[in-house]
Amino acid sequence: MKKLVIYLMSGHATPELAAAAVEGGADLVELGFPFSDPLADGPVIRRAAERALADGMRTRACLECLARTRELAPDTPLVPMTYAALLEAYGWDRFAAAAGGAGATSLIVADLPAGERPELRRVQLVAPTSTDERLRLAAEQTDGWLYLVTLTGTTGARNDLSPALAGLVERARAVTPVPLYAGFGISTPAHAHAAAQLADGVVVGSRAVEVAEGGPDALRAYVASLRQAIDAT
Amino acid sequence: MSSTAGLFGTYGGRYVPETLVPALDELEAGWRDAQNDPAFHEELDALGRTFAGRPTPLTRAERFEPNKRLYLKREDLLHTGAHKLNNALGQAVLARRLGKRRIVAETGAGQHGVATATVCARFGFECVVYMGEEDIRRQRPNVERMHLLGAEVQPVELGTRTLKEATSEAIRDWITNVETTHYLIGSCVGPAPYPELVRELQAVIGREARAQFLEAEGRLPEVVIACVGGGSNAIGIFSAFVADPDVRLVGVEAAGAASLGTGRAAVLHGARSSVLADGDGQVTDAHSISAGLDYPGVGPEHAWLRDSGRADYVGATDEEALAAFRELTRLEGIIPALEPSHALARVRELDEEQVLLCLSGRGDKDLAEVLAH
Ligand SMILES: Cc1ncc(COP(=O)(O)O)c(C=O)c1O
Repeated sequence: MKKLVIYLMSGHATPELAAAAVEGGADLVELGFPFSDPLADGPVIRRAAERALADGMRTRACLECLARTRELAPDTPLVPMTYAALLEAYGWDRFAAAAGGAGATSLIVADLPAGERPELRRVQLVAPTSTDERLRLAAEQTDGWLYLVTLTGTTGARNDLSPALAGLVERARAVTPVPLYAGFGISTPAHAHAAAQLADGVVVGSRAVEVAEGGPDALRAYVASLRQAIDAT
Repeated sequence: MSSTAGLFGTYGGRYVPETLVPALDELEAGWRDAQNDPAFHEELDALGRTFAGRPTPLTRAERFEPNKRLYLKREDLLHTGAHKLNNALGQAVLARRLGKRRIVAETGAGQHGVATATVCARFGFECVVYMGEEDIRRQRPNVERMHLLGAEVQPVELGTRTLKEATSEAIRDWITNVETTHYLIGSCVGPAPYPELVRELQAVIGREARAQFLEAEGRLPEVVIACVGGGSNAIGIFSAFVADPDVRLVGVEAAGAASLGTGRAAVLHGARSSVLADGDGQVTDAHSISAGLDYPGVGPEHAWLRDSGRADYVGATDEEALAAFRELTRLEGIIPALEPSHALARVRELDEEQVLLCLSGRGDKDLAEVLAH
């Protein structure tokens, strides 16, 4: 079965939203820990990060959000997604330990490419620009699955699934047996269906963040529509 | 790329999304290649002489500071009016070697944007410059120059609407268009190899100034002083004196943007450096009348020079810079940019007598801002 990953920005309502996403069929939830200068993010997640920071979602509050989410979604892998600046400030080891203690099953650091700080266990990202050598390095170092960035660009919904995904999946399969989850630019059930034909999992971020503004019921229904599209593979 | 390459002590590195790593590897390789290629250096030297106006003169400022032997390195006389062109020319030649014909850049004061637009016109490159809306307001003449030069100026409405956000947007553009585009960063900041690359391209300031000072005074200066925004004019002039233990190096930051004076170790725009940030690593706002210094980060090499004690960093307020701006104008007939006016403001209180100051740019762009105060 293909995996469905939903990204949500940390916030006061996020634990309930994450639980709704799981009810809708999410297999894994990424929790954004907001950073003031997020280079990998497009307008939707950037705005969500700005709002979260204005709401006081600093590292400690994000860890509390994570712990509460762990209570409401006891069996779902939870993965904080953030930027190096937060780990630098909190302490690299201390951050990883605190996240694990609050219920995180792994970590994603958007601006820490494979090869940098190999001692930090995390899900590695690869992109269409990654060389085969870098695909191999990322696959060796990754924690469980490899995050395939489907396009050259920032997060955010696009009209079509990136044509670069097929080639990236093919190159990654040639160097590693680890599961490949595709993300960036995937927003509709049709995209999710198409991406699931190629990859082992699908990550939906910006659109999920937007839908989540409408509350848990809206999010549950949206995630269920993605789930259905993926299972129709 | 190993995790220790591109480091200055514990500062620097490459904190960027994976999408950019192959482009940085390619840039690094292209840069090493160029450095070992005499034709690259010859082309840059020729462009410097015949297009940019190098060497720039060294001017004694006796009426501004009668009690010292103060010399100004006149980067204000460089084509386009600031040291920024040294870096833009070098990176343009590099971009052409890499086969990139689209250039993106960020700008604060607009001097780097104008320098970039200028080299793009000269080389026939497409040019997109990101600039915060607040800076577009206070550096209007430079926006008009960029338009005339054929560049597209992209206003940035996010966050502080200044250089920090413009830099983030330029990097996001690069992430999106990395296959065709070179990111022509404007200071010695950003992921490796940029801090080193920009230093080497600005080192011409120090090489010339060292020889000129020796010729004028028959000795080395006791102190070399320069303003620090991202730190490129300072690192360019410092680089010729770092190995001279008797030459003190002083960087002057804007008091409200003192990344080195009041910042902490943090990650911004692809590098670990000294940054105005809170205890959670969130970057805080900088404030300066000078758009070119209004940036919460600084080049990683400066953080290292500070920690190692090799260079000292001090601050100057908006008012002090404005006063120095007016004095240099009235006493020497030189209208400086507001950025180096911060360095001018700290000259009198130096203990040393033999002083070399990097006058990094001219003040035409700042007239409206100065007259408003
Ligand atoms: C004249 C001038 N000096 C200095 C600076 C600051 O940059 P840096 O610290 O990289 O020299 C600028 C930036 O715009 C500038 O225009």
